[in-house]
Amino acid sequence: MTVILTPGAEHDVDARDGLWMSAADAEKVTGWTLKPEGMCRAELCVPLPAAAVKGKDVDVAAFWTKLGGPVVADEDGEVWALGAPADERNAALEGLQAPDFTLPDVDGTPRTLSQLRGKKVFLATWASW
Amino acid sequence: MWQELYDELKDKGFMVVAVAEESRGAEHARPWIAAARSSYWQLIDTDHRLSDLYNLVNVPQAVWIDEQGRIVRPPETAGSTDHFRRMDLKTRTMSPADQAERLAARQAYLDAVRAWVNTGRHALPADAARAGLPKVTREIAEAHARFRLGVWLRAHGNPVEGDRQMNTASALHPDSWSMWRQAADLDEVGKASGTDFWKRVQALGDRPYYPPPKL
Repeated sequence: MTVILTPGAEHDVDARDGLWMSAADAEKVTGWTLKPEGMCRAELCVPLPAAAVKGKDVDVAAFWTKLGGPVVADEDGEVWALGAPADERNAALEGLQAPDFTLPDVDGTPRTLSQLRGKKVFLATWASW
Repeated sequence: MWQELYDELKDKGFMVVAVAEESRGAEHARPWIAAARSSYWQLIDTDHRLSDLYNLVNVPQAVWIDEQGRIVRPPETAGSTDHFRRMDLKTRTMSPADQAERLAARQAYLDAVRAWVNTGRHALPADAARAGLPKVTREIAEAHARFRLGVWLRAHGNPVEGDRQMNTASALHPDSWSMWRQAADLDEVGKASGTDFWKRVQALGDRPYYPPPKL
Protein backbone atom coordinates (compact mmCIF):
# COMPACT_ATOMS: atom_id res chain seq x y z
CA MET A 1 0.00 0.00 0.00
CA THR A 2 1.07 3.55 -0.69
CA VAL A 3 0.51 6.36 1.79
CA ILE A 4 -0.72 9.61 0.25
CA LEU A 5 -0.83 12.76 2.36
CA THR A 6 -3.07 15.61 1.27
CA PRO A 7 -3.30 18.94 3.13
CA GLY A 8 -6.24 17.68 5.20
CA ALA A 9 -6.06 13.89 5.15
CA GLU A 10 -3.99 10.71 4.91
CA HIS A 11 -4.90 7.83 2.60
CA ASP A 12 -3.71 4.24 2.18
CA VAL A 13 -4.09 3.36 -1.46
CA ASP A 14 -3.19 0.46 -3.75
CA ALA A 15 -1.05 2.47 -6.17
CA ARG A 16 1.39 1.22 -8.83
CA ASP A 17 4.24 2.76 -10.84
CA GLY A 18 4.17 6.00 -8.89
CA LEU A 19 0.60 7.14 -8.37
CA TRP A 20 -1.34 5.06 -10.90
CA MET A 21 -4.54 3.95 -9.18
CA SER A 22 -8.19 3.11 -9.82
CA ALA A 23 -10.51 6.02 -10.59
CA ALA A 24 -12.34 5.21 -7.34
CA ASP A 25 -9.15 5.61 -5.30
CA ALA A 26 -8.22 8.72 -7.27
CA GLU A 27 -11.56 10.25 -6.29
CA LYS A 28 -11.10 9.30 -2.64
CA VAL A 29 -7.66 10.94 -2.55
CA THR A 30 -8.26 14.04 -4.67
CA GLY A 31 -12.02 14.66 -4.53
CA TRP A 32 -12.04 14.73 -8.38
CA THR A 33 -14.01 12.16 -10.44
CA LEU A 34 -12.80 10.54 -13.69
CA LYS A 35 -15.22 11.29 -16.55
CA PRO A 36 -14.80 11.17 -20.35
CA GLU A 37 -14.04 14.96 -20.26
CA GLY A 38 -11.22 14.50 -17.73
CA MET A 39 -11.12 14.81 -13.96
CA CYS A 40 -14.20 16.66 -12.70
CA ARG A 41 -15.26 18.34 -9.49
CA ALA A 42 -18.72 19.91 -9.38
CA GLU A 43 -19.09 21.77 -12.72
CA LEU A 44 -15.38 21.98 -13.41
CA CYS A 45 -13.47 19.45 -15.55
CA VAL A 46 -9.73 19.36 -16.15
CA PRO A 47 -8.76 17.50 -19.32
CA LEU A 48 -6.11 14.83 -18.79
CA PRO A 49 -3.21 14.08 -21.14
CA ALA A 50 -3.92 10.80 -22.99
CA ALA A 51 -0.91 9.23 -21.29
CA ALA A 52 -2.45 9.83 -17.85
CA VAL A 53 -5.47 7.50 -18.28
CA LYS A 54 -5.50 3.76 -18.99
CA GLY A 55 -8.94 2.18 -18.92
CA LYS A 56 -10.27 2.84 -15.41
CA ASP A 57 -6.88 3.78 -14.00
CA VAL A 58 -5.55 7.30 -13.53
CA ASP A 59 -2.06 8.69 -13.02
CA VAL A 60 -2.83 10.94 -10.05
CA ALA A 61 0.69 12.42 -10.08
CA ALA A 62 0.16 13.61 -13.67
CA PHE A 63 -3.30 14.95 -12.82
CA TRP A 64 -2.10 16.80 -9.72
CA THR A 65 0.82 18.31 -11.64
CA LYS A 66 -1.65 19.46 -14.32
CA LEU A 67 -3.65 21.20 -11.54
CA GLY A 68 -0.47 23.02 -10.56
CA GLY A 69 -0.08 21.25 -7.22
CA PRO A 70 3.24 19.92 -5.89
CA VAL A 71 3.73 16.14 -5.92
CA VAL A 72 6.55 14.91 -3.69
CA ALA A 73 7.62 11.51 -2.38
CA ASP A 74 10.10 9.89 -0.04
CA GLU A 75 13.15 8.10 -1.47
CA ASP A 76 11.41 4.73 -1.73
CA GLY A 77 8.26 6.12 -3.31
CA GLU A 78 6.12 4.64 -0.54
CA VAL A 79 4.92 7.89 1.02
CA TRP A 80 3.68 10.77 -1.11
CA ALA A 81 2.37 14.24 -0.40
CA LEU A 82 0.08 16.20 -2.68
CA GLY A 83 0.21 19.89 -1.80
CA ALA A 84 -2.37 22.58 -2.48
CA PRO A 85 -1.65 24.45 -5.74
CA ALA A 86 -0.24 27.95 -5.09
CA ASP A 87 -2.97 29.53 -7.26
CA GLU A 88 -5.68 27.85 -5.19
CA ARG A 89 -4.19 29.14 -1.93
CA ASN A 90 -3.80 32.67 -3.34
CA ALA A 91 -7.34 32.74 -4.73
CA ALA A 92 -8.78 31.55 -1.42
CA LEU A 93 -6.88 34.17 0.59
CA GLU A 94 -7.59 36.99 -1.88
CA GLY A 95 -11.30 36.18 -1.59
CA LEU A 96 -10.76 37.19 2.07
CA GLN A 97 -13.08 34.45 3.34
CA ALA A 98 -10.99 32.96 6.16
CA PRO A 99 -9.96 29.43 5.07
CA ASP A 100 -11.84 27.00 7.31
CA PHE A 101 -10.09 24.26 9.24
CA THR A 102 -10.72 21.69 11.93
CA LEU A 103 -8.00 20.98 14.49
CA PRO A 104 -8.06 19.11 17.80
CA ASP A 105 -7.75 20.89 21.11
CA VAL A 106 -5.22 19.60 23.63
CA ASP A 107 -7.66 16.87 24.75
CA GLY A 108 -8.42 15.76 21.21
CA THR A 109 -11.80 17.48 20.79
CA PRO A 110 -12.09 18.71 17.19
CA ARG A 111 -12.78 22.43 16.79
CA THR A 112 -13.80 24.11 13.55
CA LEU A 113 -13.17 27.79 12.82
CA SER A 114 -16.54 28.32 11.11
CA GLN A 115 -18.32 27.34 14.35
CA LEU A 116 -17.32 30.80 15.53
CA ARG A 117 -19.24 32.68 12.81
CA GLY A 118 -20.95 35.68 14.42
CA LYS A 119 -17.94 36.47 16.61
CA LYS A 120 -14.79 38.44 15.96
CA VAL A 121 -11.96 35.91 15.98
CA PHE A 122 -8.37 36.61 16.90
CA LEU A 123 -6.55 33.66 15.32
CA ALA A 124 -2.98 33.45 16.61
CA THR A 125 -0.12 30.97 16.41
CA TRP A 126 2.42 30.02 19.03
CA ALA A 127 4.92 27.22 19.59
CA SER A 128 7.09 25.80 22.35
CA TRP A 129 10.23 25.92 20.22
CA MET B 1 -0.79 34.63 26.68
CA TRP B 2 -4.12 36.13 25.56
CA GLN B 3 -6.26 35.30 28.60
CA GLU B 4 -6.51 38.83 29.96
CA LEU B 5 -7.61 40.13 26.58
CA TYR B 6 -10.13 37.34 26.22
CA ASP B 7 -11.59 37.83 29.71
CA GLU B 8 -12.02 41.51 29.03
CA LEU B 9 -13.70 41.11 25.62
CA LYS B 10 -15.44 37.72 25.60
CA ASP B 11 -18.87 39.20 26.35
CA LYS B 12 -18.56 41.45 23.31
CA GLY B 13 -18.69 38.68 20.71
CA PHE B 14 -14.95 38.02 20.75
CA MET B 15 -13.05 34.76 20.62
CA VAL B 16 -9.38 33.84 20.71
CA VAL B 17 -8.16 30.78 18.83
CA ALA B 18 -4.56 29.95 19.75
CA VAL B 19 -2.98 27.38 17.47
CA ALA B 20 0.19 25.57 18.51
CA GLU B 21 2.40 24.89 15.47
CA GLU B 22 3.79 21.89 17.27
CA SER B 23 4.83 18.76 15.39
CA ARG B 24 5.76 16.99 18.63
CA GLY B 25 2.05 16.97 19.41
CA ALA B 26 -0.40 17.72 22.22
CA GLU B 27 1.58 16.18 25.08
CA HIS B 28 4.57 18.33 24.27
CA ALA B 29 2.41 21.50 24.22
CA ARG B 30 0.33 20.57 27.29
CA PRO B 31 2.57 22.12 30.01
CA TRP B 32 2.46 25.54 28.30
CA ILE B 33 -1.28 25.29 27.77
CA ALA B 34 -1.83 24.26 31.40
CA ALA B 35 0.31 27.18 32.59
CA ALA B 36 -1.67 29.62 30.44
CA ARG B 37 -4.91 28.60 32.22
CA SER B 38 -6.79 29.70 29.15
CA SER B 39 -10.50 29.36 28.51
CA TYR B 40 -10.31 30.18 24.80
CA TRP B 41 -9.53 27.52 22.20
CA GLN B 42 -6.05 26.05 22.35
CA LEU B 43 -5.58 23.89 19.27
CA ILE B 44 -2.76 21.55 18.28
CA ASP B 45 -1.47 21.69 14.72
CA THR B 46 1.18 18.99 14.25
CA ASP B 47 1.31 19.42 10.45
CA HIS B 48 1.41 23.25 10.53
CA ARG B 49 -1.78 23.18 8.50
CA LEU B 50 -2.61 26.73 9.54
CA SER B 51 0.71 27.98 8.16
CA ASP B 52 -0.13 26.28 4.86
CA LEU B 53 -3.70 27.65 4.70
CA TYR B 54 -2.84 31.22 5.72
CA ASN B 55 0.71 31.45 4.34
CA LEU B 56 2.28 32.05 7.76
CA VAL B 57 6.03 32.08 8.37
CA ASN B 58 6.59 32.55 12.09
CA VAL B 59 5.06 32.52 15.56
CA PRO B 60 3.39 34.48 16.97
CA GLN B 61 1.45 35.67 13.94
CA ALA B 62 -2.24 36.55 14.02
CA VAL B 63 -5.08 37.00 11.54
CA TRP B 64 -8.17 39.01 12.46
CA ILE B 65 -11.47 37.55 11.26
CA ASP B 66 -14.80 39.39 11.49
CA GLU B 67 -18.30 38.15 12.33
CA GLN B 68 -18.89 37.11 8.70
CA GLY B 69 -15.74 35.01 8.61
CA ARG B 70 -13.84 37.58 6.55
CA ILE B 71 -10.17 38.37 7.00
CA VAL B 72 -9.92 42.00 8.12
CA ARG B 73 -6.22 41.97 8.90
CA PRO B 74 -3.76 39.74 7.03
CA PRO B 75 -1.12 37.71 8.88
CA GLU B 76 0.94 39.99 11.12
CA THR B 77 3.35 39.71 14.01
CA ALA B 78 1.17 39.38 17.10
CA GLY B 79 2.69 41.45 19.88
CA SER B 80 6.33 40.49 19.52
CA THR B 81 9.32 42.60 18.47
CA ASP B 82 12.91 42.36 17.28
CA HIS B 83 14.39 43.67 20.54
CA PHE B 84 15.42 40.11 21.41
CA ARG B 85 18.07 40.35 18.68
CA ARG B 86 20.05 42.73 20.87
CA MET B 87 19.89 40.60 23.99
CA ASP B 88 22.95 39.49 25.91
CA LEU B 89 23.33 35.90 24.77
CA LYS B 90 25.19 34.86 27.91
CA THR B 91 22.52 36.01 30.34
CA ARG B 92 19.68 35.87 27.81
CA THR B 93 18.42 39.25 29.00
CA MET B 94 17.47 42.44 27.21
CA SER B 95 18.44 45.90 28.42
CA PRO B 96 15.79 47.63 30.59
CA ALA B 97 15.16 50.14 27.78
CA ASP B 98 14.60 47.37 25.24
CA GLN B 99 12.38 45.48 27.64
CA ALA B 100 10.29 48.60 28.15
CA GLU B 101 9.99 49.24 24.40
CA ARG B 102 9.07 45.63 23.77
CA LEU B 103 6.38 45.77 26.43
CA ALA B 104 5.03 49.04 25.02
CA ALA B 105 4.81 47.57 21.51
CA ARG B 106 2.97 44.56 22.86
CA GLN B 107 0.60 46.83 24.78
CA ALA B 108 -0.07 48.90 21.66
CA TYR B 109 -0.93 45.74 19.76
CA LEU B 110 -3.31 44.53 22.48
CA ASP B 111 -4.92 47.98 22.55
CA ALA B 112 -5.48 47.71 18.80
CA VAL B 113 -7.29 44.38 19.27
CA ARG B 114 -9.41 46.02 22.01
CA ALA B 115 -10.25 48.95 19.73
CA TRP B 116 -11.23 46.57 16.94
CA VAL B 117 -13.61 44.64 19.18
CA ASN B 118 -15.07 47.76 20.80
CA THR B 119 -15.34 50.12 17.82
CA GLY B 120 -14.34 48.26 14.65
CA ARG B 121 -11.19 50.36 14.33
CA HIS B 122 -8.15 48.81 12.59
CA ALA B 123 -10.32 46.46 10.50
CA LEU B 124 -8.96 47.02 6.98
CA PRO B 125 -11.12 47.59 3.91
CA ALA B 126 -11.00 44.63 1.48
CA ASP B 127 -8.40 46.17 -0.86
CA ALA B 128 -6.00 46.99 1.94
CA ALA B 129 -6.45 43.58 3.57
CA ARG B 130 -5.77 41.91 0.22
CA ALA B 131 -2.72 44.06 -0.43
CA GLY B 132 -1.22 42.88 2.84
CA LEU B 133 -1.40 39.18 1.94
CA PRO B 134 1.93 37.56 1.14
CA LYS B 135 1.79 35.64 -2.16
CA VAL B 136 2.05 31.86 -2.19
CA THR B 137 4.63 30.86 -4.81
CA ARG B 138 5.13 27.41 -6.37
CA GLU B 139 8.22 27.04 -4.16
CA ILE B 140 6.20 27.81 -1.03
CA ALA B 141 3.47 25.36 -2.08
CA GLU B 142 6.08 22.62 -2.59
CA ALA B 143 7.74 23.52 0.71
CA HIS B 144 4.46 22.89 2.55
CA ALA B 145 4.04 19.50 0.87
CA ARG B 146 7.62 18.51 1.75
CA PHE B 147 7.22 19.78 5.31
CA ARG B 148 4.08 17.67 5.74
CA LEU B 149 5.89 14.64 4.32
CA GLY B 150 8.85 15.28 6.61
CA VAL B 151 6.67 15.48 9.74
CA TRP B 152 4.97 12.22 8.75
CA LEU B 153 8.25 10.41 8.08
CA ARG B 154 9.70 11.59 11.38
CA ALA B 155 6.58 10.44 13.25
CA HIS B 156 6.80 7.05 11.52
CA GLY B 157 10.35 6.10 12.42
CA ASN B 158 12.27 7.62 9.54
CA PRO B 159 14.05 10.67 10.99
CA VAL B 160 16.82 10.77 8.37
CA GLU B 161 14.51 10.98 5.38
CA GLY B 162 12.10 13.19 7.36
CA ASP B 163 14.90 15.61 8.12
CA ARG B 164 15.99 15.62 4.49
CA GLN B 165 12.47 16.55 3.35
CA MET B 166 12.23 19.29 5.97
CA ASN B 167 15.61 20.70 4.96
CA THR B 168 14.44 20.81 1.35
CA ALA B 169 11.26 22.57 2.54
CA SER B 170 13.35 25.23 4.32
CA ALA B 171 15.55 25.70 1.26
CA LEU B 172 12.43 26.23 -0.89
CA HIS B 173 10.86 28.61 1.65
CA PRO B 174 13.74 30.34 3.44
CA ASP B 175 11.43 33.04 4.86
CA SER B 176 9.62 30.46 6.97
CA TRP B 177 11.09 30.48 10.45
CA SER B 178 8.42 28.00 11.51
CA MET B 179 9.63 25.35 9.08
CA TRP B 180 13.28 25.79 9.97
CA ARG B 181 12.76 26.02 13.72
CA GLN B 182 10.29 23.13 13.88
CA ALA B 183 12.73 20.91 12.00
CA ALA B 184 15.51 21.92 14.39
CA ASP B 185 13.27 21.23 17.39
CA LEU B 186 12.31 17.79 16.08
CA ASP B 187 15.99 17.04 15.71
CA GLU B 188 16.63 18.06 19.30
CA VAL B 189 14.64 20.14 21.79
CA GLY B 190 16.46 23.46 22.26
CA LYS B 191 18.11 23.45 18.84
CA ALA B 192 15.47 25.85 17.50
CA SER B 193 17.02 28.60 19.61
CA GLY B 194 20.61 27.35 19.48
CA THR B 195 23.75 28.55 17.71
CA ASP B 196 22.44 27.92 14.19
CA PHE B 197 19.29 29.89 14.95
CA TRP B 198 21.31 32.92 16.03
CA LYS B 199 23.49 32.68 12.93
CA ARG B 200 20.37 32.65 10.81
CA VAL B 201 18.98 35.69 12.67
CA GLN B 202 22.26 37.58 12.21
CA ALA B 203 22.19 36.77 8.50
CA LEU B 204 18.95 38.79 8.26
CA GLY B 205 21.04 41.97 8.54
CA ASP B 206 18.64 44.91 8.29
CA ARG B 207 15.62 42.73 7.54
CA PRO B 208 13.18 42.15 10.40
CA TYR B 209 12.62 38.85 12.15
CA TYR B 210 9.25 40.11 13.40
CA PRO B 211 7.99 42.73 10.91
CA PRO B 212 5.99 45.25 12.99
CA PRO B 213 2.23 45.27 12.32
CA LYS B 214 1.12 48.26 10.22
CA LEU B 215 -1.42 49.61 12.68
